[in-house]
Amino acid sequence: MLNRSDGNTEAPAIGDASAARDVPAPPDERGAEVAAALAGDLDTGFAVLYEAYRGVVFSTALRLCGRWAEAEDLAAEAFLRAYRALCGYEPDRIAELRPRAWLLTILMNLWRNGLRSAARRPRPGPLEDAGDPPDPAEGVEDAAARHETGRELAALLAGLPERQRAAVVLRHVADLPVAEIADVLGLPQGTVKSHISRGLARLRAARENDQGTRRPAQRGGNR
Amino acid sequence: MTRTDPANGTPDRPAGPTVPASAPDPAADFAGDLSADLAGLAADAPPGLLDRIAARRARVPGPLPDLHVAFTDRGVAFLRAGLDADAFTAAFRERFARPLLPADRPPAGLVPALRTGRAAGVPLDLRGLSEFEAAVLRAAAAIPRGQTRPYAWVAREAGHPRAVRAAGTALGRNPVPLLIPCHRVTRSDGSAGQYVFGADAKLRLLRGEDVDVDAVADLARHGTRLIGSDTTGIVCYPTCGDARRITPAHRRGFANLAAARAAGYRPCARCRPA
Repeated sequence: MLNRSDGNTEAPAIGDASAARDVPAPPDERGAEVAAALAGDLDTGFAVLYEAYRGVVFSTALRLCGRWAEAEDLAAEAFLRAYRALCGYEPDRIAELRPRAWLLTILMNLWRNGLRSAARRPRPGPLEDAGDPPDPAEGVEDAAARHETGRELAALLAGLPERQRAAVVLRHVADLPVAEIADVLGLPQGTVKSHISRGLARLRAARENDQGTRRPAQRGGNR
Repeated sequence: MTRTDPANGTPDRPAGPTVPASAPDPAADFAGDLSADLAGLAADAPPGLLDRIAARRARVPGPLPDLHVAFTDRGVAFLRAGLDADAFTAAFRERFARPLLPADRPPAGLVPALRTGRAAGVPLDLRGLSEFEAAVLRAAAAIPRGQTRPYAWVAREAGHPRAVRAAGTALGRNPVPLLIPCHRVTRSDGSAGQYVFGADAKLRLLRGEDVDVDAVADLARHGTRLIGSDTTGIVCYPTCGDARRITPAHRRGFANLAAARAAGYRPCARCRPA
């Protein structure tokens, strides 16, 4: 079901003409501190790990799944798997860990495995809103506009093909550098860039199409 | 690679002050700052998420030295005596493979429950037990303070009257001794039997609850495992509250329920001798 048009690194990147604002993503600034804490004491270290990455892990889970309850399950499971893996690691290995990429790799694998099993059962519940859904009759203005923008964008994001969604979420929601995303997804950097570029282009096109239409969420999907 | 890097490449718009996400430019609503809008989709983890992952530990006073408990958002999951915090954490990790973090305070109601030996109101988290183990522990949890029941009674109450040894094994794996009072399950020969914290601790706990362990053992040595009242015709375990009220003149001992029934007695509805 995947890969209808994503994944082809040779095709020219589209959407560059209106590329998103370029702010270099920060590296894993707390990585060394977290790895040292984990190497010192697994449980104390876990608290440091959770504190450092709960936002990035939950945000990524939320925008991958699209549903709040699923995102909580996914994030909790990822942290638990991480802890269980750490229980079996030698101290040297823990000290060398790049925790953010490692944690997000676990999350990504769980999400992909979950997608495969989710394909065999119906998905209950509506897509998660970024905020309270405003009255659709109201104009897109002021603060309501921002909520609406987030809600619509989240829905469009949920409609992207798996790899594009993963790449866009990691780059622009989780704010990871491309090199780290390449590690997380196990893909070459060029391929990651291509997924990001295509995903952004698709989001942009969907937003333009949706100008003035009532049900934007229904049109972003292509799967 | 001559392609423009969409993530790190040059933006087409003129460099200038970036527009804060809180003040979106209506003109740029759809073609505009997609990356800022995407960044706005980040969300902090909900406050309860950590408690779904990690358990908490606290040291608590109680009838045994160095008591530690681990508890989750559902209830107390683990209790051990005689360990320091590190050894307790290691034991918890070995069994549950979950992170264990210090708690500010023990769960509400736990300390009084340990002090009084009446723990029925303390929520427990017994996930990870088999159905049989859970049934055995539920049966043991129903034994009142100050009373004892044999292993065969627990097996029967758990719905598996023949699985007496397995019931003993399940009690030995009790994750929350004291809160599920497996120390109140004793051998039918009158001896206390094994205990997760040692047989001596078991006897100490029972004496602390005013169980006359020596009298019960003495009765068992003489072949008496049940006590009946010849005025009511009801037969009980010796530690049953009703049996303790029978005046010496009216006490009659029986080796087992069959003998009591043969003499015209019926089993007590409270302690339900097996």
